[in-house]
Amino acid sequence: MDMKSLYLTVPLAPLVGAALAGFTCRVAPRWFSAGVTILGVAISLVASLLVLQDVLAGHTFYGNLYTWATSGNYTFSVGFQIDTLTAMMMCVVTSVSLLVHIYTIGYMSDDDGFRRFFSYISLFTFSMLMLVMSNNFLQLFFGWEAVGLVSYLLIGFYMNRDTAIFANLKAFLVNRVGDFGFILGIGLVLAYFGTLDYKTVFDAAPSLADKTINLVGSAEWSLMTVTCICLFIGAMGKSAQVPLHVWLPDSMEGPTPISALIHAATMVTAGIFMVARCSPLFNLSPTALSFVLIIGATTALFMGFLGMIQNDIKRIVAYSTLSQLGYMTVALGVAAYPIAIFHLMTHAFFKALLFLGAGSVIIGMHHDQDIRNMGGLWKYMPITWITTLIGSLSLIAFPFFSGFYSKDSIIEAVHFSNIPGSGYALFAVTASVFVTTYYTFRSYFIVFHGPERWNDAAHVAAAHAHDDHAHDAQDAHGHDDHGHEEHHHGLQPGDKPHESPWVVTFPLIMLAIPSVIIGYFAIDPMLYGSFFDGVIAVNKGMPVMANMEEEFHGPLAMAIHSIQTVPFWLMMAGIVVTYYFYMVKPSIPDALAKKFSGIYKLMDNKYYFDAFNMAVFAGGARKLGAFLNRFGEATIIDGFFVNGSAKLVGVVAGIVRHFQTGYLYQYAFTMIIGVFALLTLWFFTT
Amino acid sequence: MSGYPLLSLAIWIPIMAGLLILAVGRDSNPGLSRILSLIGALAGLLITIPLYTNFDASSTVMQFVELAPWIPRFNINYHLGVDGISMPFIILNSFITVIVVLAGWQVIKFKVAQYNAAFLIMSGLFNGIFCALDGILFYVFFEASLIPMYLIIGIWGGHNRVYAAIKFFLYTLFGSLLFLVAQLYLFIYSGGSFSILDWHQMPIPMGPQIAIFMAFLIAFAVKVPMWPVHTWLPDAHPEAPTGGSIILAAIALKLGAYGFLRFSLPILPDASHELSWLMITLSLIAVVYIGFVALVQADMKRLVAYSSIAHMGFVTLGFFLFTPLAVEGAIVQMISHGFVAGAMFFCIGVIYDRLHSHLISDCGGIVYRMPIYAAFMMLFAMANAGLPATSGFVGEFMVLMGAIEVNFWVAVIAATTMIVGAAYTLWMYKRVIFGPITNHHVEELTDVNKRELAILLILAFFVMAMGLYPEPVTHIMHTSVNDLLRHVAISKLQ
Repeated sequence: MDMKSLYLTVPLAPLVGAALAGFTCRVAPRWFSAGVTILGVAISLVASLLVLQDVLAGHTFYGNLYTWATSGNYTFSVGFQIDTLTAMMMCVVTSVSLLVHIYTIGYMSDDDGFRRFFSYISLFTFSMLMLVMSNNFLQLFFGWEAVGLVSYLLIGFYMNRDTAIFANLKAFLVNRVGDFGFILGIGLVLAYFGTLDYKTVFDAAPSLADKTINLVGSAEWSLMTVTCICLFIGAMGKSAQVPLHVWLPDSMEGPTPISALIHAATMVTAGIFMVARCSPLFNLSPTALSFVLIIGATTALFMGFLGMIQNDIKRIVAYSTLSQLGYMTVALGVAAYPIAIFHLMTHAFFKALLFLGAGSVIIGMHHDQDIRNMGGLWKYMPITWITTLIGSLSLIAFPFFSGFYSKDSIIEAVHFSNIPGSGYALFAVTASVFVTTYYTFRSYFIVFHGPERWNDAAHVAAAHAHDDHAHDAQDAHGHDDHGHEEHHHGLQPGDKPHESPWVVTFPLIMLAIPSVIIGYFAIDPMLYGSFFDGVIAVNKGMPVMANMEEEFHGPLAMAIHSIQTVPFWLMMAGIVVTYYFYMVKPSIPDALAKKFSGIYKLMDNKYYFDAFNMAVFAGGARKLGAFLNRFGEATIIDGFFVNGSAKLVGVVAGIVRHFQTGYLYQYAFTMIIGVFALLTLWFFTT
Repeated sequence: MSGYPLLSLAIWIPIMAGLLILAVGRDSNPGLSRILSLIGALAGLLITIPLYTNFDASSTVMQFVELAPWIPRFNINYHLGVDGISMPFIILNSFITVIVVLAGWQVIKFKVAQYNAAFLIMSGLFNGIFCALDGILFYVFFEASLIPMYLIIGIWGGHNRVYAAIKFFLYTLFGSLLFLVAQLYLFIYSGGSFSILDWHQMPIPMGPQIAIFMAFLIAFAVKVPMWPVHTWLPDAHPEAPTGGSIILAAIALKLGAYGFLRFSLPILPDASHELSWLMITLSLIAVVYIGFVALVQADMKRLVAYSSIAHMGFVTLGFFLFTPLAVEGAIVQMISHGFVAGAMFFCIGVIYDRLHSHLISDCGGIVYRMPIYAAFMMLFAMANAGLPATSGFVGEFMVLMGAIEVNFWVAVIAATTMIVGAAYTLWMYKRVIFGPITNHHVEELTDVNKRELAILLILAFFVMAMGLYPEPVTHIMHTSVNDLLRHVAISKLQ
């Protein structure tokens, strides 16, 4: 098989799986839908690994599959660019996707939408692969929107839940706000480079570095700055950066497997990937990089804060994802693109692990997601417990774990940077270390250790179920409605949590392995080796990577050295504080929440972003629409102009109404023919 | 095939079929009328296929030309021909006619023969508009096509059909009179020619150009419809039967836009440039203002009608940017809108046939009773919102890219449709399809039958095919669009 067929196999195998499962989703047996999609993704994973091996041997590819459209002097194509960045993304996407597919067998086993779900996640895998394998901005945008579509379908998977169909519409529209910027960025690229092909654009970029354009009045704006900021606005939507982050916490309405696959490991990192791919452009605009840096730092710190007070096990992980995406964006902002991609990779594994672990806990708790009802689960769910602990240690950057290498590298990179905003960013990413540890271990201690609160919760829930069986669909968290009338949520009195079946625990174990080791083995080649040479552009003005290389003496030395650094001690402090707060004296957090009730309220309302958006954008748009509909349409146009000539209309209508007698229509047809006939007759007689 | 008068056949086969059905169709035997009209529509579609396969995409001259004197005293000719701009619309129109006949198959029970005959005759007249190269011939087809549409709304429409039909008729008639006056001026000024192609070459001073441009503008703007002469459309759609809405959206709205390409731009290049600011402004108002108005509509048909106006705003925007990318994008948008809006109205019709309502509030939770339908409507809703890989994206994308070349801020305003268009379409989808089942009528719904499924599949195929591979469509229009823009670039002031 030649390489081009192999490249094609990677996205097409999941597509075929999705199509087969999708078109038979009402008739096929369940094993078929699961089997055919898993087979498709497995083929795709094997092909991706072969491609990675081939790329590591030095064979890259850049070529078109077909011409999508031509117009004027422009040609738009669909094609692939296969290099180390692509190959790495392909392997991450397909491996996480395969594990999530397997996990789904267990997680969705009693759901009516089982087959449909498999079709969607395979379709997602296809779209994501087209996105990362693209060799041009147009196809990137295709994949970009396609993953958004599947995300929309999956967030709204439980279609009768008001919260779910609210969340999916919100996610789509917020992403569209990002796309609005993105498409303008793509347009600027096309207008000034004459093509959307990466290679041509990136090669020509330096010659346009000093180009300015006129946007407002006579002020000259750097073309690169405007283009990069527009492109980055797209990334802000997809990768959920402040203020376009609002959709991601709500996306937890979707089933847990897709929270792991789409809203943690892959889709939300598309923005990070895109900026890294466009590094030759971003390098030319320090202003845009500063913008990226500040947005990323804000997201990293302030979204982390919100994770500290959540009680829904999935939302804690969701805010953690926002914060970690902020970290990646910070790395992009200091032009340390390889580190951003490195963190993207380690995060994909440990965050998928944490989400799937949370899902396993949710199964064990019979679809109760409130951590206040959990406790002491280590005894009942040993595999979930250990793997979640591993994921948590990786997330908080405990030395030697994967997350340590990527996150500490980001902090160090900010340390070496001196672009505007780097001081703020350094503070944000350092303080976030404590915040990350706090929310992670708060959740960990409450869920897996301490008293077995589900005993009390089960009785309360049972009583509650008798009182008020009606589904609490308006509940903003919507966590106790699984879309099944007959489903009693939470444990029944006397029930005990139980470990999940092997199809659930197997992916946990498989994800735990890279969460521990991949950082140790990958840091040297990915950050300081030749892995990204010629793929990610080096920023000559900002020698962050070069400075770091001087300091780097191997992964072992890096871990040992870290013990002397502030982040390490912040992390240790986080563990100690949460242990004290939640294991020793659980009254403290409540007391603090009361004491600082103003700040607590601000955080509980998520800084009022949602309230503001609902009132100003959603409400404002509807009010404006209603006003235009009533005033512009009815009063001015129809009322004044159309009815202003009411007399005329009345007269003519009076005449026309005579033709409305029911059978005169035939005369009308005759009339057309008559016109022709008469004119023709006239022509013959003259 | 060049030996056959393909264009005449494309015009007269549907008209003759319509007349035949009128002659033989009886209320007692609606089946015969249906079969005959399907045969007529299919024959009309088949005859247009050689137009595509035998088309020479590299030629700048009109093809399949037919020329015969009609009224020599006034030098009026039966002059037909197509280029890469008009040819796709003849095929689209003949295709949509088949869809319309199928869409009314079991649904229309009242005066079946007359209903189908009206559509077939209208189809022939529309083809006449797209291939007429003589001003008066164009005008005759242009006006005659009003009558069947007026009757379709007035006879097979909803409760308020008479008001809607008259509003439609008067609005469009108003524009036409100015159009005729402008043509007479051109006739006299050219020294006695009604040939559109002659007019393309003829120098005209600025003053008359502006005046004629305004007359054309009023005639075409009403048809497109452009803001602020659009209010007949949201009234006409809810009253029209499903087939009428499909034709109205898919073809009738394209006539005005086509008029700009055939008359305004090449005949009046200087006025077009001079007044492009006006056209761009009106187009952007259509995109933004209408988008917000669409958001608050309670009736699905009114909502999609407003959405059509917004989409047509993109078309007129593209024309007056004068770049190949924008103009071709606008034409692609016209074709795509034919499929997407046609499909949207068909989907609404499927619900209307069952619930006898197109109010959003009468729906809800339809996905539980009609999952196949919901899946198709999702595709068309996404196409309406301009999702890539559907045809709805292609035109919008090309026009936006063209706009950025010309003026960044025009593109910024136009690009808001990415957000607003998704908002009104998907919010409607959410309320109609998702959520709990709201009433017992929805509870009793049954999913699409085989006929409906076939129509949905055909439309879905074209929506996807054009989104994934638009090159076969853009390819045929390059030469004609470039030739048109070459015309527009040359001043006619001497």
